[in-house]
Amino acid sequence: MAQIGVEALHKSFGDFVAVKDSNFTVEDGEFFCLLGPSGCGKTTTLRMIAGLESPTSGRILLAGEDVTRKRASARDIAFVFQLFALYPHMNVRRNIAFPLVSMGVKRAEVRARVEEAARILRITELLDRPVSGLSGGDRQRVALGRAIVRRPLAFMMDEPLGALDSEFRHVMCGELRGLHDRLKATTVYVTHDQIEAMSLGDKIAVMSHGVIEQLGAPQEIYDRPASVFVADFIGSPPMNLLTFHDSLEPGRARVRLGGAEIAIPAPREGLSARDLILGVRPEHVRLNDQAPLRGEVFGTEYLGTTQIVTVTTAHGVAKARLPANLKVSVGDRVGLQFRPDRISLFDAASGRAILTVLHDHAPAMELAHG
Amino acid sequence: MAEVVLEGVSKRFGATSAVADLSLTVHDGAFVVLLGPTGAGKTTTLRLVAGLERPDAGRIRIAGQDVTRASPAQRDVAFVFQQYSLYPHLSVFDNLAFPLRSPARPTPEPTIRQKVNEVATLLRISDKLDQRVTKLSGGQMQRVAIGRALVRSPSIYLMDEPLSSLDAKLRSELRIELKRIQSELGATILYVTHDQTEAMTLGSQVGVIEHGRLAQVGTPRQVYEDPSNIYVAARLGSPPINLTPRSVFPEIAMPASTATVGVRTEHAQISKANGKRASGRVTWVEHLGDQDHLHVKLGDHDFVTLADPDSGLGAGDEVAIALTDPLFFDASGDRVRA
Repeated sequence: MAQIGVEALHKSFGDFVAVKDSNFTVEDGEFFCLLGPSGCGKTTTLRMIAGLESPTSGRILLAGEDVTRKRASARDIAFVFQLFALYPHMNVRRNIAFPLVSMGVKRAEVRARVEEAARILRITELLDRPVSGLSGGDRQRVALGRAIVRRPLAFMMDEPLGALDSEFRHVMCGELRGLHDRLKATTVYVTHDQIEAMSLGDKIAVMSHGVIEQLGAPQEIYDRPASVFVADFIGSPPMNLLTFHDSLEPGRARVRLGGAEIAIPAPREGLSARDLILGVRPEHVRLNDQAPLRGEVFGTEYLGTTQIVTVTTAHGVAKARLPANLKVSVGDRVGLQFRPDRISLFDAASGRAILTVLHDHAPAMELAHG
Repeated sequence: MAEVVLEGVSKRFGATSAVADLSLTVHDGAFVVLLGPTGAGKTTTLRLVAGLERPDAGRIRIAGQDVTRASPAQRDVAFVFQQYSLYPHLSVFDNLAFPLRSPARPTPEPTIRQKVNEVATLLRISDKLDQRVTKLSGGQMQRVAIGRALVRSPSIYLMDEPLSSLDAKLRSELRIELKRIQSELGATILYVTHDQTEAMTLGSQVGVIEHGRLAQVGTPRQVYEDPSNIYVAARLGSPPINLTPRSVFPEIAMPASTATVGVRTEHAQISKANGKRASGRVTWVEHLGDQDHLHVKLGDHDFVTLADPDSGLGAGDEVAIALTDPLFFDASGDRVRA
């Protein structure tokens, strides 16, 4: 297994810039997620690392070696696709063995390695079955088997769970993470599903329009989004974003949303009066009749353990995650109270996060260049 | 709007029983959601109500009238499909007006205009009326498809996973709008989905369907808090309910016929085993931002529960689990009440 380095990576297709000056390092043994909506450049980045696409400029390092100009087959990387392309005329054993057989590995070793892969994936009893009768999950396990049997330097996975239904995806997520913990394999994983990225990744790169908006551990990205885009992309429901107009002074831990004064983490920078955005996660919103920020309940959604209450205010819509037994009705006039130490602030024009005491104990905010 | 009643309805396709002896009442103004996996018989049930399929047995009544043998046109139902089949060559206005211009329901043009404008306002697409539908986003197209059903005033709206082709964000926006529209119009809706969040948040009643049979019908709260069997308990809740053999919790008093103990994540209190007898070991902490899912190994069994991100528990920690509200099931999966 090995470290992967991506340096000033750039890819254009004609006038369209798919990946723009991307820089990151995937550490040895790390599970690294590229997360973003369709068209953000995440799959193109993955394909460049794998050698299926050549970059317009920039470098790719695999275990310290520059592989930018090497063909995919010379890179010692295993690729797992969304659609498990298995050979329908072969049984499970021969499907998993295929990469080794085509590399000319001796039969006894092929046998041993296939059985080891099957044991890791817990599909030993399927080895002599035809692939045609397998369930979606088992087919994906066989596809994974074909990747791990090669013992490559790194795994590239492009939405490998995308074709599965939501409940089963959750089961496979757990399996993939368990597999990773056993193999400690360097993995780059592409997904548009933020819950998948949050639960699997050691580190996440959130991409938008070819640019990495933020790079960090899942909890870090969740707690301290570097931009409005990240705040709005992560979380279910995502962070509430309320627009207002005010100035900021370093150390003054309050802002005014219209007539309502709201406590915030003290800013570390000053800003002249402008359009700002206050970001607060639904679990940090409470209803309080005394709170100065008022709104009207637009809808309630019972989820069993909790309920999501949607409130319209003069500054935008806010959703609160509240205990399911709290009685709230559509049309109620309510006050909204936010947990002050967890509030994010953004500059509306640029979308970037404003530094506050919230960032004091954070690891240095890792932002991509550009 | 009207009451719709299914009485002992069955439908087979060859050797496969799609719907088996299904009885369900959709009251006037109710929003009933049928929840089940692919192949459970949800869509067949909708098609039976619409008259697109004929039942092998049983009766269907709409507004007190037996429509079991009536054609779809005679039933006065409006169907919204998963794939919005709009007319690409028509504007949003003309797509919405289409059902009213059908020769079966001659409507004066000023009435059409008024009705379309009302529905467009309700769905927040008033500014799009003159556009070609092909210029719309997926969410806007699905609004038009729903709007095309709403311009009519049928006995019942039948909706077959209308939100499932949309992305997560749009889905949650339309979910809350659909519920609001339903309550404003007092519309009667029978809606099918495989998504438990949709079922819980939209329905005034949820029917959990399994292999063509209704396992339970009730308010979202009833089916979640008071499931009648293991199947219903496992269908609802995220993370799903923990189901473990009774032997895992020897210290808990339970009815004699109990085979399985069901524990929802909010009914398990986890604490570090400070010297006390540990009941499990944390194997993995899944960080989901607002909450952590704690994966615990209890003997040979996996147990998943929620923890606050600040709980300080990590992989390898020995933990004790206390149950507050366990559910008991017998060997056949039926609920046993203590």
